[in-house]
Parts: sequence; structure tokens; C-alpha cells
Amino acid sequence: MNKTFLSYNNIVSSIGFDSPTVVQNIRKGVSGITLIKDENLFPTPFYASVINSSLLSAAFQPLGSNDEYTRLEQMMIISLDKTLKESGVKLSGRVGLILSTTKGNIDTLDPKHPMPPERAYLGTLGHIIKNHFGFTTEPIVLSNACVSGVLAISIAKRFIAQGTFDQVFIVGSDIVSNFILSGFNSFQAMSSLPCKPYCKQRSGINIGEVAASVLVSTDQDNLVPEAVEVLGEASCNDANHISGPSRTGEGLYRSIQSAFNEAKVGPQHIDYISAHGTATSFNDEMEAIALNRLDLGRVPLNSLKGYFGHTLGGSGLLETIIGMHSLYHNTLYSSMGFTELGVSQPINVIKETTAKNLDYFLKTASGFGGCNTAAVFKKVQS
Amino acid sequence: MKVEKLKIKSYCSILNNKVMLNDQLLFENRETDFSSFIKLAYKKMDTNYPKFFKMDDLSKLGFLAADILLKPLTTDSEKINNIALVFSNSASSLETDRKHQDSIVDKENYFPSPAIFVYTLPNICLGEISIKHKLYSENSFFIFNHFNAGYLYDYATSLINTGKADEVLCGWINSDKEDYEAFLYLVSTEGSITHNKEEIIKLYTTK
Repeated sequence: MNKTFLSYNNIVSSIGFDSPTVVQNIRKGVSGITLIKDENLFPTPFYASVINSSLLSAAFQPLGSNDEYTRLEQMMIISLDKTLKESGVKLSGRVGLILSTTKGNIDTLDPKHPMPPERAYLGTLGHIIKNHFGFTTEPIVLSNACVSGVLAISIAKRFIAQGTFDQVFIVGSDIVSNFILSGFNSFQAMSSLPCKPYCKQRSGINIGEVAASVLVSTDQDNLVPEAVEVLGEASCNDANHISGPSRTGEGLYRSIQSAFNEAKVGPQHIDYISAHGTATSFNDEMEAIALNRLDLGRVPLNSLKGYFGHTLGGSGLLETIIGMHSLYHNTLYSSMGFTELGVSQPINVIKETTAKNLDYFLKTASGFGGCNTAAVFKKVQS
Repeated sequence: MKVEKLKIKSYCSILNNKVMLNDQLLFENRETDFSSFIKLAYKKMDTNYPKFFKMDDLSKLGFLAADILLKPLTTDSEKINNIALVFSNSASSLETDRKHQDSIVDKENYFPSPAIFVYTLPNICLGEISIKHKLYSENSFFIFNHFNAGYLYDYATSLINTGKADEVLCGWINSDKEDYEAFLYLVSTEGSITHNKEEIIKLYTTK
């Protein structure tokens, strides 16, 4: 079977509109999480990672009319436009498009939104992105809670292996909306301070927004220096609870084990784990348990939620792209917000950004509905 | 990669106040709206799963259709079944999204509820099915404007051929405004119907 690679990539976020800038900011310890005062989003001030609207409009202007596209569409188009142009890939019936999003244009359900509520249909969003760029294949929208971004990579790889496509562009995004903020707040899952994944003082999540995009391809001749090979991936349900993780981390444990089997690697090969780390009490504890069941407690690990907040359908893709750059720069980036271990099992949270030779990394994600996903990536030797 | 000739083992549909298993009518009730109809169908199918009543309409629909197909396979609680769930629709969880939106639109009358919010994701239905049938398996929820037999065929085939699943429960469950529709089919190495795009379209359109 052909090898599958992640190649050209882009991140549009509160700390930069391209991957190198974003990675540079992470290296400098810059977080995109700030105190937001906006009553249209939430009645009281809250911490979140929100993209500056003027910067977003300015970046979108050369690509289309600000009045005709929603905030989310603009973010997705800016990101995918860069990835697509840099890749030089010509769109044809062999090139697929996957959108990873949990809520899409959910803000258009608000009667005050200038666009009609029909814009909230995710298939409509898929076709807007397809038509903007001129994709000739039907867009595939994946809405599988917070694992969507990592699962989208697995799905792209599987469609390529099956012969449906030769190459797939994935774009993953969600926005900060009053819909999401009110919902997570009703769960009492929101932190009143910048989030602190795995830390003793953690008190919940911050919400964030990004658009991230990547080219998934078997073409070894069109790879960027930070390209990685997708060695193995799997997604397993907890079969336990719809809104809380399994206490034993069963689904995550099985996902990692299955991804290792396909990748033909073991815990000793993994140089770095890009974990989910939402900073809720239950999620972080569950991850520590699952990782220890797999003898992964000593592997350096971070959660990037301290830089971007939880960016929902974008998060898995965003964090995988940072992982690619982490391998390329041979650098472990610090897990922002972490000071003191606050989970019952030992895990090796990265406290300071450090240089280390890196070849393999594991990306994991977990979400509502009991879903979990894991993927193992290997640096492409230049 | 092992490539097996795959089959459609069984299929189920729920629409127009009818529940069908393969070509057999299991239940029909023309008098009622969806909410009453699905509860009557649940009782008729002898489902016996009280959590059903907490679910939103999309999950009730998908759960019941899946239960009819999976029940004969998952009675042995010791056996772990590797049956993947690959569902799709056009309205995602919009029916429940609208309910959550209604609860936050008015600052004077603000009542968001976690019991509603959790169902504002279409894959929650897959979680409900996984819990009932102890499926630690692959879950994917796709959104298409229309039923897309080609993508479902390719994806289910790939899951079985790469050993990621032994069987795949595939299909379409949609609940939007007054309309609802469920059509699920089980892809397996056993069965009498050939698993190909044409057969899937035929079963979907004649359901």
C-alpha cells in the first residue's frame, strides 16, 4: 500500500495566519487567550482565543466580499486558499475535499445574524467552500464532535487507500459563538481563568477559534520540509457515557493500541504526544489513565489548549500541524498553563520549550458521544 | 490488503410512520406525530431501554433503527463485536440546535440546558448505540446534501478491507422540521445482497 503523507498546511488563528508564524509564537510562549468583553457572545467577560475581526476582514478582502461570506467561511477560505495555492495541486475528480466542523455556521441561527438561518446547514457550508475553489468532487463534511479534526485525517487516508481520491484537502474550523459558550457554560465546563491542562489548579476549558488546513497525499515528490507520514490511526468509542469520558480511558486506550498496531510501533518509539488536554477535571484524568495503561507515562506530552483554547472541530487538525512543525524543528513546545501535576497517574507534561531529536509523534483526541481518535506520525527523512 | 466480496446482511427503514426490516413491515401507525409514533414503535419492538426517552428525535430515530438490526447480533454480552457505525444526514443536529438557540435568544428568558446541549452533535446518536450494544468501534458522522451511496460504499469497504471493522452499520438518519427518515443497512462478509453502489441506491429509493 502507498504511504500517505500530510504536506502543505496552514493555520489561521489569534496568534497568526500561517503555520510558521503560529509556531514562532508558541516558541515565544505567546498565548491567544485573552479576556473578551462582548455581550453578543456571553453576558459576562470570559477568556477565549478569538481572531481579530479587522485582521480577518483585511486578509479576506483579496479573496471575496466580506458581506457574502460568514466569519467561519472567511476563516476556512483564507486557510485553504494558502494551502491550495502553495501545493500547486490542480483540482480534478481525483482530488477530495473534507470539512471538519462540529457546528459550522451555527451563529446564523441567531435572529440578529444578517444571513438566513438556512446557512447553518453543514452541507451548504461544504458547497460554499467547494464552489469558491472549484472542487469537482462532492464535499465530505465530518461532524464527529471534538475528534473530528484527527478523524478527518484518518478518513482522508482511508478514502485514498480505497482509490476514491489521490489527494484530499482537509479544512477544519469552528467559531466562538454564543451558542457554544452558553452550552459549555450550562455544563459548568468553562474556566473563569486561562485554562491549565493537566495542572492541579485546572478549572475547565476556554473556547477558541481557528481554521486549519492540510493536504493529504501519496505524492512523495510534492512534500514540504515539515511533512509527516501517517503511519497508523484508529478511532474507538468508549461505549460508556455520552457526555463524560470513560473512567478507565477505554476508548482512548483501544484507539492508541490499534493505531500502534497499524503503525507497527510501540510506546518506545513515540518521542512526543500531542494530547487532547481540555483542562476539565475528568478529561485530563482519563487521558493520564489511558496513557499509563499503555506505558506512555514517560513520553513528553503537551496540550496546546493553553495557546488556542478548545477549537472544537479545528483542534485535532491544528494540533497535528503544530506536531509536524515540532518534529521538523526538533523542539518540544511547553504545555502552556501547566505548573503542577494534577492527575492521579504520572505523565510527562512539557514545562519548558526544549530541543530534542524527534522522529515519531502520537496525536490523540476525545469528545462527546464517547468518541476517541489516535494517530501516529513519522517525520519524512529529507 | 485482504479484499472480500462484501454483502448487505440486512436493512431497516423508519419513515412515513412505518418500520420496515428488509422487505417486512414490522410496525405501522398512521394516526400520530413523530414523537408519539416513535414511542409506540419502541414499545412494539420490545426495546426495553429507559434511556431512550431522554434522547432527542435524531437519536431516537437512529437508535431504534440500529437496535432492530443489531439486537440479533449483540445478545451475547461476553462477545465483543467490531461493528463500525457510519451514519450520514443533511440536517446534522439542527432540530436540537434550534431548541438550544431558542433557550439563549432572549436575555430575559435565558435557560440553556446541558440535557439539550449535549444532543447538539449528530454523533451523540452513535454514542447511544455504542453504549447499548457495547461497541468499542469506529464511529463517523458525515453530512451530505443528499444520500451519498458512493461515499458510504467506499468508506464501509475500506473499513472492512483494512481490518478496522468486521461489519459496518451504514446509512442515513435525518430529522428536520416535520420530516424524518432513517435507512440503515449492515455491511458484512455474509448475506444475500451484493454490496455495491447500485444495490444501496435501490434499497434506499424503494424503502
